[in-house]
Amino acid sequence: MTVPQVTKPIPRLATANRFQSFMKRQPVRIAVVLIAFFWTLPTAGVLISSFREADDINSTGWWHALKNPFDFSQWTLSNYTDVLSSDGMADAFANSVIVAIPATIIPITIAAFAAYAFAWMEFPGRGMLFALVIALLVVPLQMALIPVLRTYADLDLSGTFLGLWLAHTGFGLPLAIYLLYSYISQLPRDMLEAAFVDGASHFTAFIRLVVPLSMPAIASFGIFQFLWVWNDLLVALVFNQRDPVVTVQLSELVGSKGQDWHLLTAGAFVAMIVPLIVFLSLQRFFVRGLLAGSVKG
Amino acid sequence: MKERLAKTPSWVRGVAASLGTLALFWFGLDFISDIEGPSRLWANILDVFGAGDAAEEVRKRGINETLAKGLISVVAIFIGTVGVWLLYLIANLSIDRLAASWQTRLRPLIFVGPAMAVLGFFLVYPIVSTTWTSLTEDVDGGVSLENYGWALTDESLRIAFRNNLLWLVFATGGSVVLGLLVATLVDRVKREALAKTFIFLPLAISFVGASVIWKFVYAWRPEGAEQIGILNAAATTAGFEPVAWTIERPLNTFALILIMVWLQTGFAMVIFSAALKNVPGEVIEAARLDGANEFQLFFRVVLPMIRGTIITVGTTVFIAVLKVFDVVFVMTGGRFDTEVVANRMFTEMFTFRNFGRASTLAVLLLVVVAPIMVLNVRNLRQQGFAQ
Repeated sequence: MTVPQVTKPIPRLATANRFQSFMKRQPVRIAVVLIAFFWTLPTAGVLISSFREADDINSTGWWHALKNPFDFSQWTLSNYTDVLSSDGMADAFANSVIVAIPATIIPITIAAFAAYAFAWMEFPGRGMLFALVIALLVVPLQMALIPVLRTYADLDLSGTFLGLWLAHTGFGLPLAIYLLYSYISQLPRDMLEAAFVDGASHFTAFIRLVVPLSMPAIASFGIFQFLWVWNDLLVALVFNQRDPVVTVQLSELVGSKGQDWHLLTAGAFVAMIVPLIVFLSLQRFFVRGLLAGSVKG
Repeated sequence: MKERLAKTPSWVRGVAASLGTLALFWFGLDFISDIEGPSRLWANILDVFGAGDAAEEVRKRGINETLAKGLISVVAIFIGTVGVWLLYLIANLSIDRLAASWQTRLRPLIFVGPAMAVLGFFLVYPIVSTTWTSLTEDVDGGVSLENYGWALTDESLRIAFRNNLLWLVFATGGSVVLGLLVATLVDRVKREALAKTFIFLPLAISFVGASVIWKFVYAWRPEGAEQIGILNAAATTAGFEPVAWTIERPLNTFALILIMVWLQTGFAMVIFSAALKNVPGEVIEAARLDGANEFQLFFRVVLPMIRGTIITVGTTVFIAVLKVFDVVFVMTGGRFDTEVVANRMFTEMFTFRNFGRASTLAVLLLVVVAPIMVLNVRNLRQQGFAQ
């Protein structure tokens, strides 16, 4: 490389450096943009198709709609009204809400009490029981389906919301206890001891101190569990087909109307919209929960 | 009246409140148990007030279904959230009445007891029961390993096992390698968070939703017809014949695996990205000064430093992939040689009612994760938990 004649060396050198690092960074940037583009393409196709007329979807690829995006005559909301009313997605949506909210709160409550006990109480068998929780973290839930189904049949719990809440509680509990324990056990010992000296009972300390302070961990697990329950197909399919949730309803649509893309695409978005909103608005907590170690069975 | 209430001993009030809450809980559960709940309750109320005819009318005709559903939702969410907290509150209040020594003994029971009961019912007991079922049902009699013999020799299951192996290798490997690659790249560009969000987003999508999305990507039309799936549109534009991605074997299994990679790469990327940020800058500077190029830097310095994270992410994805069910169930139903163990288990259970065989498949899944269970518990012991 020849050294260029420089009259104003400092600015020139800076420009050259900047250009060099720009050139060096460009391939990486292009690669990242391409990956992000390809990662989004499948979802974009479904989103765009869900607003197209049934005939259009079946006669041309969805990318044709982007040639004249402002030609509003090609866009329609009728796929959504159809899939919500006649194909039962609205009902399924309500069922998903009924299932997912308690199936998130119940395990949090039960796990928070247990995590507190493991962290701050002395009782016989504490080490053994916690080891059991850890061992159960990765048990495939397939192991539980048949026995629980049989017991539910005896107890008249299959086909009820309560049955689904409890099943999701049971399957989410090991991770909940583990995550909340790792947070609650790190709270400052002095603070809790001061509370006990002031005459607080374990229950008061738990409600007034530990739960408010553990909110970040509770939020992380809560989002994780909510998404898990909302997106679950297997548990809902096995324990409650009478009140189909969005995933069950959507999988049924795939079976019965596999070629009706206008319905499938709209249905998929009805099923996805809540997790997407939750995820995008609370991403920070979700990532924190993932980092804390998600090893759900 | 108010005076009288104040004079009653506190334990009487406590018991009354507890019984009241339990009764409400019980009625609430009955109310939400099916769509007729609200009309049943309304009819009963009418009965109590002596309006028997009106009650019969409500029982016969029911009340507006949307209204009933709305009422059920509100009550259900209330019971499922506030109700559980109330149960803990009552249990603790009733213990407060006891002598101090009993309180210390019983309090932990109230805190851990419910969790252990739930775990016992939903995980511990089922492990025992499913194992027993696998040995005693769908067999000629008594206790026998017949189902295991079937599982290990049956031709259709051999395909399922082979596919699970392909899934484990390529879905796990693909997610980990791609996640690491993307994390390394994304680390170096501006607007890192935005790029990450795009790749991370599929993680919020259910397997069912993802299956619909990819069914559309893989959509196939006969040659000559207008392709509406983007992959076949690209293939035909490039001059190839359209490919039936989900039918042609062995391509179809890989087409399904790709969906899993699409879903899990974001997860791997986020965890790796955090791990990469934890690699100290001085170490990298030192390696650069010693003349390491970017590749050496990555493979010799960075990779060994995040080895633990790679194992953790790999294990997590491995466990998720092992139990893969939804994708196969929705995409192909296990046809065209795409069967996997978890889907076959579901079929044995629901379609054929072969509970013994289904249990056997579940036990085999457990056997695969058993070493991970042991390792987790051993790690816990090493961290010195409470022994």
